[in-house]
Amino acid sequence: MYYDPFVLPFTLGLNILLIYLIIKYARWIRTFSTEDRQTIRRNIFTLKTWKAGKEVFLESLVHHKIFRINPFLGYMHLCFGLGWFLLIVIGKIESLVYHTSIFNPPYFAIFFRYFHPAKETFPGSNVFAFFMDLILLMILSGLLLAWLKRLYSKALGLKRTTRHRPFDLLILTVLWLIFPLRFLAESFTSGLRGGGSFLTHTAGDFFNSFLPIEQLSYPAWWAYSSALGLFFLLLPFSRYMHIPTEIVYIFLKNWEVRQGKHFSGISQFQLYSCSRCGICIDRCQLGSSLGMTDTQPVYFLKKLRHGKEHSILVDNCLMCGRCEAACPVDLRLNALRLTQRQEDIRITKSTYEYIRPAAAKTTAKVAYFAGCMGHLTPGVIRSMQSIFHKAGVDYTFIDEGGSICCGRPMMLSGNHHTAAIIQEKNKASLEASGAELLVTSCPICYKTFKEDYRLDMQVLHHTEYLDILLREGALHPHCSDITTVFHNPCELGRGCQVYTAPEHILQTISHRIATAYEGKDALCCGGSLANLHISPQQRLQLAEDALNAYAAYRPDVLVTACPLCKKTFSQPGSSLPVQDIAELVDGQC
Amino acid sequence: MMNFWGFSIAEARVIDYDKNDKSLAEMLAEEMPTTRLCIGCGGCSATCTAGNLTEFNIRKLQMLLKRGETKDLRDQLHKCMLCGKCLLVCPRGVDTRKMILFLFRQLSEQDHNS
Repeated sequence: MYYDPFVLPFTLGLNILLIYLIIKYARWIRTFSTEDRQTIRRNIFTLKTWKAGKEVFLESLVHHKIFRINPFLGYMHLCFGLGWFLLIVIGKIESLVYHTSIFNPPYFAIFFRYFHPAKETFPGSNVFAFFMDLILLMILSGLLLAWLKRLYSKALGLKRTTRHRPFDLLILTVLWLIFPLRFLAESFTSGLRGGGSFLTHTAGDFFNSFLPIEQLSYPAWWAYSSALGLFFLLLPFSRYMHIPTEIVYIFLKNWEVRQGKHFSGISQFQLYSCSRCGICIDRCQLGSSLGMTDTQPVYFLKKLRHGKEHSILVDNCLMCGRCEAACPVDLRLNALRLTQRQEDIRITKSTYEYIRPAAAKTTAKVAYFAGCMGHLTPGVIRSMQSIFHKAGVDYTFIDEGGSICCGRPMMLSGNHHTAAIIQEKNKASLEASGAELLVTSCPICYKTFKEDYRLDMQVLHHTEYLDILLREGALHPHCSDITTVFHNPCELGRGCQVYTAPEHILQTISHRIATAYEGKDALCCGGSLANLHISPQQRLQLAEDALNAYAAYRPDVLVTACPLCKKTFSQPGSSLPVQDIAELVDGQC
Repeated sequence: MMNFWGFSIAEARVIDYDKNDKSLAEMLAEEMPTTRLCIGCGGCSATCTAGNLTEFNIRKLQMLLKRGETKDLRDQLHKCMLCGKCLLVCPRGVDTRKMILFLFRQLSEQDHNS
């Protein structure tokens, strides 16, 4: 039996951690709705589980999304994730080859160098020693980058790094101690008894030349085991809870458990899956334009998790989704924030009686819906009408005489119940038209039509519809030298994943200039109705900064596809003309 | 209300500034200073989605609030759909949408306490 009292801190810490995690996760899973449980049961024995496993490898271990932000930052995370994982797995295999029993205790593999008499070789012992040293070197190099990140985060591609609580800094120190302590313990033992490879063996000889390693070796193993044990004990109360929780979350996500309107079991998993890497900080325009550096998801989730006051943070978010698009853990950050917004509006049955009865049925197959915001930009409506005419489409204009709100702004304020009533009224009027295809000009309406309305007709945003008309040859664009930059509205791009249609349209009818703000990296215009905190003056600042960022590419026209964006961009009084994509298409065909 | 040929005339009434409770107006002015910038142009009411369908007038709401006539305010306020168009047309940068939301929250709190 291989045993020494120094393994106790590690073994105790690990066992307590495992018991804690099992109880905690079981409690959260118990709060799942029946629907969620059925979804899990339906998906658990499908390829989705395999996909989740692959994602765990790519995200929890390799951290491949972080490589896109910065290769060094990615490498740093890879060292800790994959490095530590390999150290455990290869160490376990090494111990199995040596000992041949699969039931050797976990600590045997972790402290293998201590228990294994170096002179006794086994198949591949040199190769194992080499790889274990290589992995340890890799982790130590990652550690060096982590230190550098704390001192100067810009070197790793982050303008700002997360401000941590003192407790998290303590556990960070413990984590940082684990690997150097392992290195010292292994080196001292190698120096004393031989073994090890290019790193620990050489270091052992080196330390032996000037240190009393005979006295230091045993305490070093105690220190290594204690650091591990302490790390496991502190983990559940620190941000490192993300290490085990993220894995469970990835599986639940792939089994299609969705974040609903209310804070639920899956929200708990997400809350604890946030690693506080701080990638969301630089993405947030409230930080870069307005200097608000405490409202980003990392701080919001931190306050929510630790029960600190967060009422302003709940309201102060554009919900533009830029953070969500970059989140390496793929958390539903907007939906999570929305769960914390309260229903304040008490309405009665008579409240919305003033909304007119549904529109009359027509024979047209296509229905056009400008949206309430669309009526603020009549140029877009005129262009759409002209395009329908040019393409010879028989259409009906549902809200020609003005429309009611789609309910999404109400939903974004947290009043889901009230929003549902508005949506019901709207749905009746949309479906009464008898059309098969609904084309809307407003991405805000578009998103809620697609996600919440469950309409019995196809819904397209006019960008997608215009793209279809162009591809089918219903419109005949003439050659143009006009240069354009596209501002993809938050609700259309990141909100509804419409990326290729506007790109194709602009390539067809103009010279589209590619910018740093393509696809998921598009900016927010600042007009977002989701932010319930900032003032109109601050919105103006956001719009100005976004406009300047686009204007730097010197296009003839800045093209967008949202009445709210167009209206917001028209306010700072910039010389850069802003057009809706429909207006541009109308002018070019 | 009398209603002849599409015109209506408000009933004669007295506004007792001494008795009315203006605490909500004072709180609003303090919490949301932009509401003091209002010049009463009525742009918000002209573009209002709800206002185009029923009797709902943000400019009037502001006036009622400043007079301390919170009962009328309470009857009207919930007609708003929070679409945010008023915010886009305001020439003075009054945060109209946030004002409505603030009033919703205050009234809901008052209801809760009473």
